[in-house]
Amino acid sequence: MKRAYRQFTERFIEGLLALSGTVTSLTVLLIVVFLFNEGLSLFGTSPLENKTALVVNESNPVQKLSAVSIKDIFDQKITNWKEVGGKDEDILIITVNDIGNYYSEEQIGAEFEHLPDCFSRLVDSLPNALAVINESYRTSYFKGHTIDVNKNNLPDFLSGKEWFPTAEPAVQLGVLPLILGTLMVSLLAILLALPIGLATAIYMAEIADERIRKVLKPVIELLAGIPSVVYGFFGLITIVPFIHDVFDLPVGETALAGSLVLAIMALPTIITVSEDAIRNTPRSMREASLALGANKWQTIQKVVLPYSMSGISAAAILGIGRAIGETMAVLMVTGNAAVMPKSILQPVRTIPATIAAELGEAPNGGVHYKALFALGCILFIITLIINIWVERISAKRKFKK
Amino acid sequence: MKKLIALLALTSILTASAQKVVLKGSDTVLPLAQKEAEKYMKANPLKPITVVGGGSGVGIAALMDGTTDIAMSSRKLKMDERLKLQDAGKSVKETIICYDALSIIVNPSNKVGKLTRQQIEGIYTGKIKNWKEVGGDDMTIVVYARETSSGTYEFFKEFVMNRKNYASNVLNMPATGAIIQSVGQTKGAIGYVGFAYVNNEVKDIAVSYDNGKNYILASKETAKNKTYPIVRPLYFYYPTAKENYVKPFLNYVISPEGQKTVDEVGYIPLSK
Repeated sequence: MKRAYRQFTERFIEGLLALSGTVTSLTVLLIVVFLFNEGLSLFGTSPLENKTALVVNESNPVQKLSAVSIKDIFDQKITNWKEVGGKDEDILIITVNDIGNYYSEEQIGAEFEHLPDCFSRLVDSLPNALAVINESYRTSYFKGHTIDVNKNNLPDFLSGKEWFPTAEPAVQLGVLPLILGTLMVSLLAILLALPIGLATAIYMAEIADERIRKVLKPVIELLAGIPSVVYGFFGLITIVPFIHDVFDLPVGETALAGSLVLAIMALPTIITVSEDAIRNTPRSMREASLALGANKWQTIQKVVLPYSMSGISAAAILGIGRAIGETMAVLMVTGNAAVMPKSILQPVRTIPATIAAELGEAPNGGVHYKALFALGCILFIITLIINIWVERISAKRKFKK
Repeated sequence: MKKLIALLALTSILTASAQKVVLKGSDTVLPLAQKEAEKYMKANPLKPITVVGGGSGVGIAALMDGTTDIAMSSRKLKMDERLKLQDAGKSVKETIICYDALSIIVNPSNKVGKLTRQQIEGIYTGKIKNWKEVGGDDMTIVVYARETSSGTYEFFKEFVMNRKNYASNVLNMPATGAIIQSVGQTKGAIGYVGFAYVNNEVKDIAVSYDNGKNYILASKETAKNKTYPIVRPLYFYYPTAKENYVKPFLNYVISPEGQKTVDEVGYIPLSK
C-alpha cells in the first residue's frame, strides 16, 4: 500500500515536471510565432496611410514614386516634377486641408459630401498637381491616374537609412541606423564591462579573503536588483553631463553614455556567473599546479581560467543579452536620434528603445505597429545568432581539453 | 444572518463593478484624469473609476476592442483609426476636456529670448543649425523632441513645423521630465514641453506667429485669451452606445468644478 502510494506520488511529480516543461516551451514558441506573425505581415503593405492614394493629372508622365522621394516632396526638398522624372513644372501639393483654398464651403458641402467632385475637378484642371486623397474619393469621371508606391519590402527595410514611422503621407521605415546603433552600444558596453567584471570575479574567487568576499558579493548582487529606470536617470544626471564636459561636446547624450550605463548594469551578471565558474575549478587541479612549483598568478592564468572558460563565455553571453535587450536606461541616455552612427560621441537610437518609446502610441495593427514588431524579430535574430556563436565557441574549448 | 451580510456585500461589489468606468490612454491626460476621478469618486463613492495610461494609441485600440469605456487622447483620431472603428461598426464621440499650451524652452544661459514660427520650423527641420543665425551666440543648436509617436510630437509637427518632417538628428526623449533635464544641462539646447512643466532649470521663450510683429510668452492668461498660438486640445473619446453610461463623469469633468481641477493640475480650462 505504502509502496503504491509512493509510486503514485513519484509518477505525479514526474508528470508535473514534464507538464511545466511543456507549458514553458509552448509559451516560448507561442510568443515567437506571434512576434514573427505580426512582424512579417509588414512586408507587402503600402507605406501610405491606410486607404489613401496619390493622384496626378492625366498629362503627368510620372507613374511611380519611392517612399523616399514622396517624403522629400512633402518636405519641399523636391519641388519640381523634373527631379522625379516628370516635366519641368513645379509640384503643387493638394491635401484635404488645402481644398478650402480652391472651393468655397458651399461647393464642398456641409458634410464634405462634394469633396470627391472637388478633388477630381481640381486635379483634372491642374497639370502639376499631386493630391493626397482617400481611395473612396475617386470618381468615375476622374481622368488622372494613381501613383504607384513601392510596397514595404525586406531589402529596403534593412538597408533604409531613415526612420520616420509617422511621416505623412508615406512612412519611412529604414532600420539600418537602429541596428547599427544597438550593436554599437552593446558591443562597446561589453568591451568595457568584461575586463572589469572578469578582474573582479578573479579577485573575489582567488585573492580576496573570506571576510571581504562576504561583504562584496551581496553588494554586487544588489546592483542587479536596481530597476533599470533608476540606472537611466542616474546616467542622465551624472554620466551625460560628465561626457558633455570631458569631451566638450554640444550634447552629452551619446552612444558612450549608453554603453557606460549598460556596462554598469551588465557587471553583476558577468561577475557572479564567472566567479561561480572560477570557484568550480576542482581543488585537485589547483593543488597539482601549485605542487609543480607554479605561483598563484601562474595557476590562475594557466589552470583556473582555461578550466572555467565555458562559464566565463556564458557570463559574457548573458551580459551581452542584458545589454542588447536593455530598454529603459538606454532610452534615457542615448538621445535616440535615428541617424547612422558615425562615432561613439554621437547620439544613437537602439531597437529596444524604439519599440518601448513608440509602441504605446502606434495605432494598433497599422504599418507603424507592424514595423515595430518586425524590429522585435530583428532583435530576436541578433540575440539568437550571438547565443549560437558563443555556444559553439565554448563547445570547441571543451573539445580541445 | 452572517450569510445574508455576505450576500449583500457580494451583490454590492457586483453592482459596483458593473458600474465601473474605465479610462485608458494618453499619458499627458493621465495625471488630470486621475485627479478628476479621485474627486468624482469622493462625491459618488458608488461609482468607481479606473484610470490607466499607456499612450493615446493604446487607449484608442482599447476602444476598438471594448476594453475601455473612455479613451484619453492628446491627439485627434487618425484617418486610419477612424476607418478601423467604422469597420468594427462602432461610432465614437469626441469631447474636448481642456487645452494644453506647449512652451518652447532653451537653456537659461542662452541669450535668445524670442523666435518666430519660421525660425522654429527651420531649427527642427535642420535648416538652421547654429544659434548665431537667430541672434544668439556662436553655438551648435541641439534639438530635443518627444518620441516619434507621442501626441505632442505629432501636434508640434502639424502646428509649428507646417507638417514638414523633423530632421533625423533630432534627439527624441521618452518623457517631458527628460527633456527638461537635458535642456537644463545642455547649453545649446532647445525643446518643447507642456506649459505646466516649465521650471527654473530652463527658460521659456516668446513665440511669434506673425513674422515677428508680436512675440508672446506662454502663460495661463495668454493661453486662455488665445493670443499664445501653440495650444492644443486634449480629448476624451467614447462609444456612442455607452454615452449614457459615461455621461455623468464626463459632465463632471467639463463642469466648473471639474475645470477647477484642470486649472490646478496646470492645464488650460475650457473657456465658457
